[in-house]
Amino acid sequence: MQPMTTEQIRVLIARGKLKDTIFQAIGIICLAVGLLVIFLLVSDMLMRGLDRLNLAFFTEFASRRASQSGILSAWVGTVLVMFVTALAAVPLGVAAGIYLEEYAKRNWITDIIEINITNLAAVPSIVYGLLSLGIFVYAFGFGQSILSAGLTLALLILPIVIVSTREAIRAIPAMIREGSMAVGATRWQTCRYHIIPYAMPGILTGVIIGLARAIGETAPIITIGALTFIAFLPPVPFSATGVEGVSAGLFDWVMSPFTVMPIQIFNWTSRPDPAFEVNAAAAGFVLMGMVLSMNAIAIYLRYRMRKNIKW
Amino acid sequence: MQIHDTPTLKAEARNLNFYYGEAKALKNINMPIYDKKVTALIGPSGCGKSTYLRSFNRMHDLYPGNRYEGEIRFFPDNTNLLSPEVDPIEVRMRVGMVFQKPNPFPKTIYENVAYGLRVRGENNKRVLDDKVEHALKGAAIWEEVKDRLQDLAPNLSGGQQQRLCIARALATDPELLLFDEPTSALDPIATGAIEELVHELKKRVTILIVTHNMQQAARVSDYTAYMYLGEMIEFGKTDEIFIKPQDKRTEDYITGRMG
Repeated sequence: MQPMTTEQIRVLIARGKLKDTIFQAIGIICLAVGLLVIFLLVSDMLMRGLDRLNLAFFTEFASRRASQSGILSAWVGTVLVMFVTALAAVPLGVAAGIYLEEYAKRNWITDIIEINITNLAAVPSIVYGLLSLGIFVYAFGFGQSILSAGLTLALLILPIVIVSTREAIRAIPAMIREGSMAVGATRWQTCRYHIIPYAMPGILTGVIIGLARAIGETAPIITIGALTFIAFLPPVPFSATGVEGVSAGLFDWVMSPFTVMPIQIFNWTSRPDPAFEVNAAAAGFVLMGMVLSMNAIAIYLRYRMRKNIKW
Repeated sequence: MQIHDTPTLKAEARNLNFYYGEAKALKNINMPIYDKKVTALIGPSGCGKSTYLRSFNRMHDLYPGNRYEGEIRFFPDNTNLLSPEVDPIEVRMRVGMVFQKPNPFPKTIYENVAYGLRVRGENNKRVLDDKVEHALKGAAIWEEVKDRLQDLAPNLSGGQQQRLCIARALATDPELLLFDEPTSALDPIATGAIEELVHELKKRVTILIVTHNMQQAARVSDYTAYMYLGEMIEFGKTDEIFIKPQDKRTEDYITGRMG
């Protein structure tokens, strides 16, 4: 082959760069579609619900009159259910992830467990609802409570927590683990001093992504029998119960009936009176806000914690 | 100073074979390691020198499918380091290691050195302070870091990181210190500092060092072993190996005709 002249080289480069430009344009268009859809959704909800977005909306219970309805029981219920979900899913998922990465021997049993965890992530959420109805609500006798809902959603996000824990652990270089083991550390010491702290940013991100998914789940919560209309809050610990001399226990609230944001929204959209649609839009906007701020917290925490972890 | 014509044994490999799954990586190795001496392992890439080195602290036990045959006797107590009855953690408490690439933990300089002591249950601040300082001095890095012990270790330069890793290994007073090509990721100045340190350290600890660099082996070691394709071809005093190798293959490698 003859060596190319400068002119030929330039033509060649120009042709290559044209493809660069074309691909870049396609990429930007694809990206814009996604962003535009989200933007339109959020701004549409905001515009429709703007009338109802005031302080009273957050401090009032749902009511028969749309203009006086609020989301107090819904947002409190959502926050409490998420709290129970996190409390159950994080220790279980993190421990399972650590076990699978650091302790489990590679054999057919762990292979099967691994395949099952992946499958678990794909199980429709309604199936988790049915399972929980049988186990938590009836067999364990937790009833239609915050506890049942929290545990249901914990099961739902468990695979997400396990998978993100494992990925975070795998991102730790082998030489760090070897460095720890080489001074005579046990597996647990290595996990406690190194693996868990260094994996924490990744684990946290996974947990919050899981919670952001759980916060919008409606089907399993309806299945276990969350109320669609509820005009009281779960008992605050040690508050008066109305019965003389008896105050609420520290954990009474977990057994309380409840509702959550998506159910409240679903309830409002299914009403014939169009005035409730405004409420639904406003509540939808609030729910979006909750999800986005959770993601923002995840990003911030990951950034802050990763700053000090490098190898 | 006394001249050791017949140095004492610190360790001895006896009929050592090693398998990565089905693949045999070490073939019937017999070799002495002398107390308070530097023994260098040289040979072309893939000859098994790192595999051999990592047998001394049972690093292979961390991964499934690895198998040892034969013995590594450790003196004065004549323990077989490779025996299934001997816990690899016990072995690693006695045999320290410095890796090819500096691998400080993403923690403070202080915590990096104190880690081996913490693992042994030492939590007394004064004892830790003392031993950390002693180890950092031993690794010739104390002067550079004494005012910033709470800085993050990964912010040190590569050469400083490697000396910190040496301090981490020294802090627990190992009897044998393994170096796996400790200067391959360092510039010539940092390399010189490490070599000087190895020379200094052999007063207190027995050293086994893998190196790609034959000049390095010649500079730092008392004994040299040449390995090729998983076999120990030749072992002897470093001067003799470099000046008058007995085996043709050793000579070819040393004179640069192969490798």
